[in-house]
Amino acid sequence: MNWNQLVTQLFGSYHGMRAAGDFLKGDVMFDGRPLTVVGTTNHAPIGVALALAQARVILDTIAQHPGRAILLLIDTQGQQLRRRDETLGINRAMAHLGMCIDLARRRGHPVIGLVYDQALSGGFITSGLIADGCYALPDAEIRVMRIPAMARVTKLSEEVLTALSQSNPVFAPGVGNYVAMGGVRALWEGDLAAALRDALAHTPVEDTRAQDGAERGGRKLAASVVQRVLAAA
Amino acid sequence: MSDIPAGIETLDFSFSGGRRVAAFAPVLVGVVGSGNLEVMLEAAAGDGCAVRVETSARGFGPIWQAVADDFFARHPIGGVRVSINDMGATPAVVSLRLDQAVAELPEGASA
Amino acid sequence: MISFAECSARERLALLLDARSFHEWIPPSERLTSPHLVQLGVPSAFDDGVAIGRAKLDGHEVFVAAQEGAFMGGGVGEVHGAKLVGMLQRALRDRPAAVLLLAESGGVRLHEANAGLIAVSEVMRAVLDVRAAGIPVVVLIGGANGCFGGMGIVARCADFIVMSDVGRLAMSGPEVIEASHGVEEYDSRDRALVWRTSGGKHRWLTGDCDALVEDDVQAFRAAAMAAIQRSCPVTLEGLEAEHALLETRLHLLPLETDGADAATWLWRELGIDQPERVPELDVGAVRTLRTA
Repeated sequence: MNWNQLVTQLFGSYHGMRAAGDFLKGDVMFDGRPLTVVGTTNHAPIGVALALAQARVILDTIAQHPGRAILLLIDTQGQQLRRRDETLGINRAMAHLGMCIDLARRRGHPVIGLVYDQALSGGFITSGLIADGCYALPDAEIRVMRIPAMARVTKLSEEVLTALSQSNPVFAPGVGNYVAMGGVRALWEGDLAAALRDALAHTPVEDTRAQDGAERGGRKLAASVVQRVLAAA
Repeated sequence: MSDIPAGIETLDFSFSGGRRVAAFAPVLVGVVGSGNLEVMLEAAAGDGCAVRVETSARGFGPIWQAVADDFFARHPIGGVRVSINDMGATPAVVSLRLDQAVAELPEGASA
Repeated sequence: MISFAECSARERLALLLDARSFHEWIPPSERLTSPHLVQLGVPSAFDDGVAIGRAKLDGHEVFVAAQEGAFMGGGVGEVHGAKLVGMLQRALRDRPAAVLLLAESGGVRLHEANAGLIAVSEVMRAVLDVRAAGIPVVVLIGGANGCFGGMGIVARCADFIVMSDVGRLAMSGPEVIEASHGVEEYDSRDRALVWRTSGGKHRWLTGDCDALVEDDVQAFRAAAMAAIQRSCPVTLEGLEAEHALLETRLHLLPLETDGADAATWLWRELGIDQPERVPELDVGAVRTLRTA
């Protein structure tokens, strides 16, 4: 579904949100309380400008609306692949966005991420993956890299990678895999507003993803490795 | 199944009659990069020298045997486990790493 | 002088930290290897490409991690990432003087795709936790493979970055950009261009790293010793200042430079004199040029 249909389902037809190109932001009411919405649409490539635009919203929320919940709407093709953005330090801009979200969390703002279409790589690291918890619509996809580029870098053929993407949870882009691996807390189906309500009420602020991955069986080693390091002599 | 790459090949060699090395902390040399390998030496029970190779370059069994034989001839050590992760190193590089690993054994430990 | 770039991760640890002070957690002999690589026919490394442990730096207790760039490009997989997270969580518990991260990585290990992506994010959260606890996180970047991808984001979440001119810090690799938008967008084989765009001198001049050193292990050691003295917690004021800096910089570099080199343009806009000479200057000379 597109962002407008999503936001309408969540907040009603009079949500008042607008898209400015690929950039989404809005202040909505949910269950009688204001909530900040920020994110992207059109599978946006996240360049320096778009990272800063989102960071601005987070900073303003921290400064002006203590404790207000923030919903990140994620639809991105990942970082913008342009030399100009690299020259400008896109990794720094993305880290800045991530640190703004992280500060909001530490200041007591509940921060919920929702992948409603696509999420790739750096665009996901600085949004959903740095929220208190990330959720997804069932048909959404999360990837590290598109297969042709991945084939070039790994020297594995596109045929092999495509086969792995179908059969192997480590490679398959379906969000169900991310739930099994602990990267996504749950899928939102049916009554989306109820799912948001539940997320706002029950998303922990600690990073439970490794334990979730172990419990759900999708990522069996990470949590135990962390424990081994903590216990090592 | 043929479109998934063939797996890692594991080869094992063992040698006896070497001089037992005094207990030592594990030694690691090399890195697992293209054309390279890592070699780990560990103290082991018994007097033998056990060599395990895990390699992505399949089908070179006889060459590994020859390299292992040459290695044991140069360094007839016992009570040692040699473990290798290989990514297509040449026999010359393999022999070099094995020698480098033995050179890191404590003074007087090696033959 | 010993080249930091030419050393392996373990050699860097041995030479940079106080002699014989490094005590490794989950050493290679424990064979904690990747559960995912073997099915792709790719060899594993006994330490999954990262050595972690505690050590002393000039007598101060530090926790340290060194990524091996020669193994899978230093890419972060499930085990590798969990070792980093474990080290960082242990720092929260044991409160060393600082955490050092010798970063050399392409980012997410593509061979472990989803597991690697989540792992990098867990590292990022853990770095921010340690930083928030007032323990300085110092990143050293000087390997031939640079610090890219998700690790390029993680690096900028730390308190302090030391780079050599040989090191690179960026998001996407030049090859990926060239493959996406063509050689005119980014000629990945033009090494001078790559280093103007992502190398230590450029990042020093723009303020994207906090110290610039020569490709020398002892120079990195000295810079690390200075860096661990101070923690820089993330504050709203700090983020506002950072935001203003990045906004200003964004507007200094036009979308179209009509073929003029973007990095040189930016350096000129930042007030650097004779910016076209930067690539040929030595590190000491470049250090004096920074205006901010």
